[in-house]
Amino acid sequence: MEYRIALAQVAPRLGDIDANLEIVADAVRRSATEGATLTVLPELALTGYLLQDLVPEVALRRDDPRLLGIGAEAPEMLVAAGFVEETEDHRFCNSVALVRGGRLMGLHRKVYLPTYGLFDEGRFTRTGDRIRTVEVGEPIGRIGLSVCEDFWHASVPMIQALDGASLLVNVAAGPSRAPGSSAGLAAIAGWHKMQDTYALLGTVPLAFCNRVGNEEGLTFWGGSRLLAADGSVVAEAPLWEEALVVGSLDSDDLRMTRYGMPLLSDERLELTRRELDRIIAERSGLSSPEREEAEA
Amino acid sequence: MSATSTPLPAIEPAQASQVIIGFIRSQMEQAGFERIVIGLSGGVDSATVAFLCARAVGADNLLAVRMPYRTSSEASETDAMRVVDALGCRTERIDITPMVDPMLDLIAGDDEAALRVRRGNVMARQRMIVLYDRSAAWDALVAGTSNKTEALLGYGTLHGDMAAAFSPIGDLYKTQLRDVARDLGVPEEIVAKPPSADLWPGQTDEEELGRSYESLDRALFALVDRRWTVDRCVRQGLPRELVEWVARRVARMEFKRQLPPVAKLSLRTPGFDHLYPRRRPGSRRVPTQ
Repeated sequence: MEYRIALAQVAPRLGDIDANLEIVADAVRRSATEGATLTVLPELALTGYLLQDLVPEVALRRDDPRLLGIGAEAPEMLVAAGFVEETEDHRFCNSVALVRGGRLMGLHRKVYLPTYGLFDEGRFTRTGDRIRTVEVGEPIGRIGLSVCEDFWHASVPMIQALDGASLLVNVAAGPSRAPGSSAGLAAIAGWHKMQDTYALLGTVPLAFCNRVGNEEGLTFWGGSRLLAADGSVVAEAPLWEEALVVGSLDSDDLRMTRYGMPLLSDERLELTRRELDRIIAERSGLSSPEREEAEA
Repeated sequence: MSATSTPLPAIEPAQASQVIIGFIRSQMEQAGFERIVIGLSGGVDSATVAFLCARAVGADNLLAVRMPYRTSSEASETDAMRVVDALGCRTERIDITPMVDPMLDLIAGDDEAALRVRRGNVMARQRMIVLYDRSAAWDALVAGTSNKTEALLGYGTLHGDMAAAFSPIGDLYKTQLRDVARDLGVPEEIVAKPPSADLWPGQTDEEELGRSYESLDRALFALVDRRWTVDRCVRQGLPRELVEWVARRVARMEFKRQLPPVAKLSLRTPGFDHLYPRRRPGSRRVPTQ
């Protein structure tokens, strides 16, 4: 069954929730006229990225009517958008919400907060501790949500693929570096390589929505992409410019891709877990069962 | 020097310009300004910034201030006017001699090299005073004209030419800047001439620094961008003397790239744990009617 996904490559305004809600509403309206089943907006679409100590000022509870109201213009449509979440115990997380018809369908808290190089996220927000998928019904099925840096760790999309995801959704705020030099190309090329690989190895379609615009000295590069389950690029947005790109996926493609390449069902999870248990034990300086046996 | 193992930093000029023009526009929009003031020397740095600013906000919103001292070269003035003519931007000529000379009369000493630096600093700071006055008078922001090579080597005057509201070419090495300048259409006479601060007759940057920009940029690119150690740079073919000089100078000039440290006393201190983006709701200037 064919369905359409819209990637709203917008430029959120730093710290201005009201302005950003307008931007989201406009994207939702335009996606609705394109017949989209799902509209994806970038990481921290409701708040902007370089928040620093603005974090508590822009944080929303997961039941905040402003958050649940995104997509009110198209109540049948799924809308994914990033925001700062304040949990009941006042953890401030870089989260992505999946909303439909005023209901929170899914929520993912960024698991990997980059705190190196030009990034300082771990200083202002706290990590999430769940990697899950959420059932949204036909035609999409199960969605695995993640935020930007989560994708630089293959475990996140692979766990979601193994957990039954029929669509991976990554929302991002990626700043461009040294355009045209090897360093800059490598950053964007790296993103393309990993997306292609996750779609291919997860035999799963993938929607990546990266923001554009400027904050302080940063320029976000956009280049949002929609990939089919065989890794082919279905839709791609331009670099640096605001855009709404829409592409079609077909759930039959997922079915036949997985018949032809049953990688997920061949995956040896017990073997993976045994080896992970061993590595965890060894890294912690504890002996693993195998070593105990060998040393006995 | 091995050109392949220690390359010059590359740049794709059109992409770089696109990013910088977007940056300038967003700085203006976020601050609530429409106009830009720059000091136009006739050199490639300020010429490039003028071209970028004109593209970003329109030539009519750009004021290029020419600020010669009595010893400044005629050629600098001619080149500055080439930029003004090419862009059709606004311009103003303010001779800083009568402002600078009374101060220079107070500067004396035996070390001619040190005197030159002191005199140069006075001129650079006087130009800053003129630019900031014009920015207030004309309701504009001052765009910086320092490049990455200068910033890393600390080859600039604190509170002088380094003073600005934002820095469009601060992440472009001098050699990259020339590629961007050519792509923007900066007149070739300006791009090709030997860079000079024109603080005294016949001065050139490369003579004063004692090294060519090419070799400086190769060393800086290896040390800074590629994070190579001095030894690795030398193993890859860069002269040890050059690399050690550059590494020392980058470290010694760190103070010019940072705000002055604050003595921490309270629970919340600007710079330590009072951390905000400079542009956020409420920070945008509302123009007075």
